Amino acid sequence: MRALTWHGKHDVRVDTVDDPEILNPRDAIIKITSTAICGSDLHLYDGYIPTMKPGDILGHEFMGEVVETGPKSTLQKGQRVVVPFTIACGSCYHCGKHQYSACDNGNPADNQDIGMELYGQPMSGLFGYSHLTGGYAGGQAEYVRVPFSDVGPIVVPEGLEDDEVLFLSDILPTGWQAAENADIEPGDTVAVWGCGPVGLFAVQSAFLMGAARVIAIDHFPHRLELAKKFGAETINFEESKTYEALMEMTGGIGPDAVIDAVGLEAHGFFVDNVIDQIKKSTFLGTDRTHSIRQAIVACRKGGRVSMPAVYGGIVDKFPLGAFMEKGLTLKTGQTSVQHYMPALLNAIIEGKIDTTFLISHRMSLEDAPQGYKMFHDNQNEVTKVVLKPGFAPTSTIAAE
Amino acid sequence: MTATSDDAPPTMAKDADVRADAAASLSQGHGDHLIGRTVTINRPREDLFTYWRDFANLPSFMDNVVRIDTLSPTRTHWVVKAPAGRTVEWDATVTDEREGEYIAWASDEGADVPNSGTITFRDAGDRGTIVTATIVYDPPAGVVGKIVAKLFQREPAIQARRDLRRFKQLMETGEVATAAYTAKQLEEEKA
Repeated sequence: MRALTWHGKHDVRVDTVDDPEILNPRDAIIKITSTAICGSDLHLYDGYIPTMKPGDILGHEFMGEVVETGPKSTLQKGQRVVVPFTIACGSCYHCGKHQYSACDNGNPADNQDIGMELYGQPMSGLFGYSHLTGGYAGGQAEYVRVPFSDVGPIVVPEGLEDDEVLFLSDILPTGWQAAENADIEPGDTVAVWGCGPVGLFAVQSAFLMGAARVIAIDHFPHRLELAKKFGAETINFEESKTYEALMEMTGGIGPDAVIDAVGLEAHGFFVDNVIDQIKKSTFLGTDRTHSIRQAIVACRKGGRVSMPAVYGGIVDKFPLGAFMEKGLTLKTGQTSVQHYMPALLNAIIEGKIDTTFLISHRMSLEDAPQGYKMFHDNQNEVTKVVLKPGFAPTSTIAAE
Repeated sequence: MTATSDDAPPTMAKDADVRADAAASLSQGHGDHLIGRTVTINRPREDLFTYWRDFANLPSFMDNVVRIDTLSPTRTHWVVKAPAGRTVEWDATVTDEREGEYIAWASDEGADVPNSGTITFRDAGDRGTIVTATIVYDPPAGVVGKIVAKLFQREPAIQARRDLRRFKQLMETGEVATAAYTAKQLEEEKA
C-alpha cells in the first residue's frame, strides 16, 4: 500500500510499504477514505518528538471502510467508521470508568516503561505518534490495522459525508472535553486561549453548554474570524493587552472559566521532557507556559481552569500562589475520545456542531508531503488539511 | 532477621540486608537477587490462578520463555531464551500452593539459573485481583553464566514488569497488544 512515512526533520514521503494484516482477534483493517494532518503532526515534522524511526507511518485522525475483521471484532465488512486516536481496550479498570486515554492495555508492554519513568504511570497507545505511545502505524495511508476494533471505531450512519464526521477522531472530542472540564454554568463567561481546531471546537462546545459569552484569544486574524462566526468575542494579543482587556470585558471580575488550548498541538505530551530539556524549554516552554500562566491570573476567584493544551515536562514560574489563593480548580488530560463519540455524532447529525468549516484544503494522499509543508508554513490560512487516498495526485482543491 | 518498621513490601527496602532476609525466607530461596512486582488485573483471582497454574500457558506472555513442558502436576521443564540464539533449561517443582491464592516454585538442583519464587493473588474488590510476583534467582558463574547473566541481569525487574503487563493484557483483553502491522513484524518482535 501507499503510506505517508517519516524520515527525519521536514522529510516525509509517500512510500510503498507492506499492507497491514489482522494480528489479534479484536483487530480490523480499515481502508482509509479521509485522514487529516493534525497540528501535533507538525511536531513530528519538525523533529521535536523523540523515538521516531525512519519509515514510521504517521496519522491519528482518520476514517474509512472496514475491509477485514478479526474473529472477535464486532465490525462488519463494508461499514464506514471513524477511529479514535487513542487506542483503548475497553475492559481495564480505567476504560470501565470511561477514562479511555488512561487505558492500561492499549500501549504494548515494552513501550510502557518510558511512561512510568516520566509520569509514574504509562498512558494509552496512540496511532502514528512515535514509539513512546506504542509505535502504532498511523492512518495517513491506504490501509490501517485497528486494534480493539470492537471498542474504538464508531459506525457512521448513511447520508453523512466524511468531512462532517472525520473530526470525531480527535479534535472535536478534545474541544468538547475542554469545555466540559471547565464545568460551565449557565450565564458564564468563558475565555479560550488559542483558536486552533481544538480551541474553535471548545468555543462551539462552551456555547452549547450554556456559556453566555466566550472570549477567544489568538493572533491569527483568520482564526479569530472563525471564532467570531461562532459568536465569540475576540482578543488579538498582538493588538491588545490580554489580561487588561479580559478584566475590562468582564466588568473587572475575570472570566468564570478559562481554557488553555494553545499547547494542544503537541498531543505528544513529552516534547519538553525527553528532548534536550534546557534548549527546548527556553523556546517552547516560555511560550506555552505563558498561556496557562495568563489564564490562571485572569481567571476570576473560585473559577475553573481547563487545560486541553499539552504539557510534557516540569515547568517553573507556575503561578501556584494565584492558583491557591483564588481557589481555582484545574482539569486536564488527553481526550477519552471513545466516551464522547456517540453524543457528538448525534450533535453533528442534529446540526448543533459545525465541523466542515475548519477544512481549508483537501488533497490526495500522494500530495501529503506538500500538505505538511503548506500547513507548516502558513497557519493563518491553512486551518486543516484533509488527505483523500481516493483523489488523483496533485489535484489540490482549495475549499473555497 | 532484619526488617523495616513500615508497611512497605521488603522487596522495596533500601537496606540490602532486609531484601536478603526476604529472599532467604522464600520457599527454597536461591541466591540474593530479589525481584518483586505487583499488578492489578480486572478479573477474578480464581481465573488468574487457573491460567497461571497451567505452566504451559506462561510463554504466551513471558517473552523470554520459549516453552514450559509439564512433567507431572507439580514438575515442569523450562526452556528459556539466552543471547546468541542459545537457550538455557532447567526443571522446576511447585513447592507450595493454595487454590486461587498462591503458587510457589523452585528450580531443581543443577539449574543453569537457580531460581524460585511465589505468585500471589489477592482480591481487590471491584478492581479485580492484585497479583504479586516475587522471584529470587542466582546469577550463574562461568562463561555461559556470563551470557546468561547478561540476559537475566539486564534489568530483570523490568522484564518481570513487562511480563506481568502482558499477563494483564491477555487476561483483561484476550490478547497481547502489539504495534506490529504485519505478521512478519510480529514474528521479528517476538524473536
